[in-house]
Amino acid sequence: MRRRRWWLAGVLALAAVMPVRAALLINGAGATFPYPIYSKWFDDFHKRNPDTQINYQSIGSGGGIRQILEGTVDFGATDGPMSDEQMASAKIPILHLPTVLGAVVPTYNLAGVEKLRFTPEAIAGIFLGKITHWNDPAIAKENPDAKLPAAAIVPIHRSDGSGTTYIFTDYLSKVSGDWKGSVGKGTSVNWPVGLGGKGNEGVAGLVKQTPNAIGYVELIYAVQTKLPYGDVRNRAGKFVPATLESVTAAAAAAATSMPEDFRVSITDAAGADAYPIASFTWLLVPTHITDEGKGIALRKFLDWMLTDGQQLAAPLNYAPLPPAVIALEQRALGKIQVASAR
Amino acid sequence: MNRAAVAGAPRVVFPRLALRGRRRFADPTFRLLTLAFAVSVVVITLLIAAILFRQSALARARFGWSFLWTSTWDPVALRFGALPFVYGTLASTAIALAIAVPLGLGAAICLAELLPRGLADPLTFMIELLVAVPSVVYGLVGVFVLVPIMRDVAAPIQAALGFIPLFGGPAYGVGLLTAAIVLAVMIVPFIIAVSREVLLAVPQTQRDAALALGATRWETVRDVVLPYARSGILGSIFLALARALGETMAVTMVIGNRPEISASLFAPAYTMAAVLANEFTEATDDVYLAALVEVGLLLFVITLLVNGIARLLIASVRSSPARAAA
Repeated sequence: MRRRRWWLAGVLALAAVMPVRAALLINGAGATFPYPIYSKWFDDFHKRNPDTQINYQSIGSGGGIRQILEGTVDFGATDGPMSDEQMASAKIPILHLPTVLGAVVPTYNLAGVEKLRFTPEAIAGIFLGKITHWNDPAIAKENPDAKLPAAAIVPIHRSDGSGTTYIFTDYLSKVSGDWKGSVGKGTSVNWPVGLGGKGNEGVAGLVKQTPNAIGYVELIYAVQTKLPYGDVRNRAGKFVPATLESVTAAAAAAATSMPEDFRVSITDAAGADAYPIASFTWLLVPTHITDEGKGIALRKFLDWMLTDGQQLAAPLNYAPLPPAVIALEQRALGKIQVASAR
Repeated sequence: MNRAAVAGAPRVVFPRLALRGRRRFADPTFRLLTLAFAVSVVVITLLIAAILFRQSALARARFGWSFLWTSTWDPVALRFGALPFVYGTLASTAIALAIAVPLGLGAAICLAELLPRGLADPLTFMIELLVAVPSVVYGLVGVFVLVPIMRDVAAPIQAALGFIPLFGGPAYGVGLLTAAIVLAVMIVPFIIAVSREVLLAVPQTQRDAALALGATRWETVRDVVLPYARSGILGSIFLALARALGETMAVTMVIGNRPEISASLFAPAYTMAAVLANEFTEATDDVYLAALVEVGLLLFVITLLVNGIARLLIASVRSSPARAAA
């Protein structure tokens, strides 16, 4: 009797699971930085379209690129664009689609100092190990009101490979020839000086724990944990605080010269109000999708993400795309061919 | 230990004749089954080695043996040398053992020989709880408690002894010594828990005999109990050693993650396990990935070597006179 009841429960459970299993499941993997907004998007999209479920694994940009190249996921995601070699090795050409924007801010631990202003030369000099003390003229000149100590600077960087490091080193490579020549840009680099912390929380933890330290973290992380962070002088010569508006402004400045494939770096952007250490984050979508159901659903999601989906970005502290970039992307969606294999 | 006794044990005799048919198959089946389990461990180990070897082919071809003794780790220029990681792993483990072994052994002796069971048992229980604490918790305690202490402690030491390279350089709080101390705290419970069990297993007659001959309590422990339990204690130390070599999370949080070899204990360093955990997810370039896999291979080989040395040591201790007398 008891056993039969278990059977019944089993059958009922299976029946309850069946419709979910029959629904369309789209798999994606990649960048960790946009994970909060992506999971919000996929969740909302599923509520609107109950027959489509998007499953996203935030395994890191490197993993996202590898998996989309190997075809083990339906789409990938990355914080740094794919290299030319990687693009060439793809069996099906891959489209980069910007989704939201992120920014990186310098954060510091200086007793009695709240707001600092940094020139590009000062940031590059500190992380190159050429500016070693806080009262160095390169810092002091732009911060006449701050009481800068004569203490040694402790630079702190990310020890794990990350899109944040990519954006930061991409910026330094643009503003400093020294940096470009000796270090370069990448998700991890050979840092000339300083200590490494794992993740945004690792860098922030070390900065908080170490007097006279300076590090760099994602804007969102700094906002959420109320870290002090400095303004940075942009290409137009203006000191700009990192805000959602100044980050979107950086993207708008880049929209005029946007390359066809959206693989663009917007660090050190032109506009007067543009924050200079910002970047797109991208979805990686194959231009040819053989599974008709998945292809149509993915296109539908991308359409929604570029319109209504963008409204969800700001509440989560992600800078939304500027209208000009959205228009370019909507045109690019036409490149995704959905053809049944049958 | 009691292999002879097991081998010589009487065959299991089933009292009921009804089981006769099943009995014929029980033993061979059991033997095959356990053999499969034993072999699977070997197969898994060999597979890990083979995969690490194959996946690192690109890096081995490009850097050859220089991978072992060069110190540049540059993912942008794709130049890789693993020496700082090997150094960091070995140095932090060695310092951790130097702290943890006397501490753990002393505590085990106290718990097994000196304290009454009513007190020793709850204490041991608490120590065993420490083994189950996730390493990230040790890391957090390290960052928020130990790091500031280390910075404060380093200042007077450097003022007095800073001219010795071992204590030189700026002290950030994070660094090799901090990582070693966190590691020591993590592995001490292993040493205590296992060593205490081993000490308790020493027959009471051994102690009685030593005491009857006029030995003091300390002499009994030093000359009779410890030698008797030596191989078990060594086993506990090697268990702790293996954990220290492979520890990742807690170490990366407090070691400073700087691939440099410095003479100073206060300087930041890096370990093999930590660089793997840090850089694997975002390594997109094939050579970079292969170099990381080669670090994994190196860690595997070093662990193997250390284990081999451990076996040899235990084997040599086994045949010592004290043990033979038992």
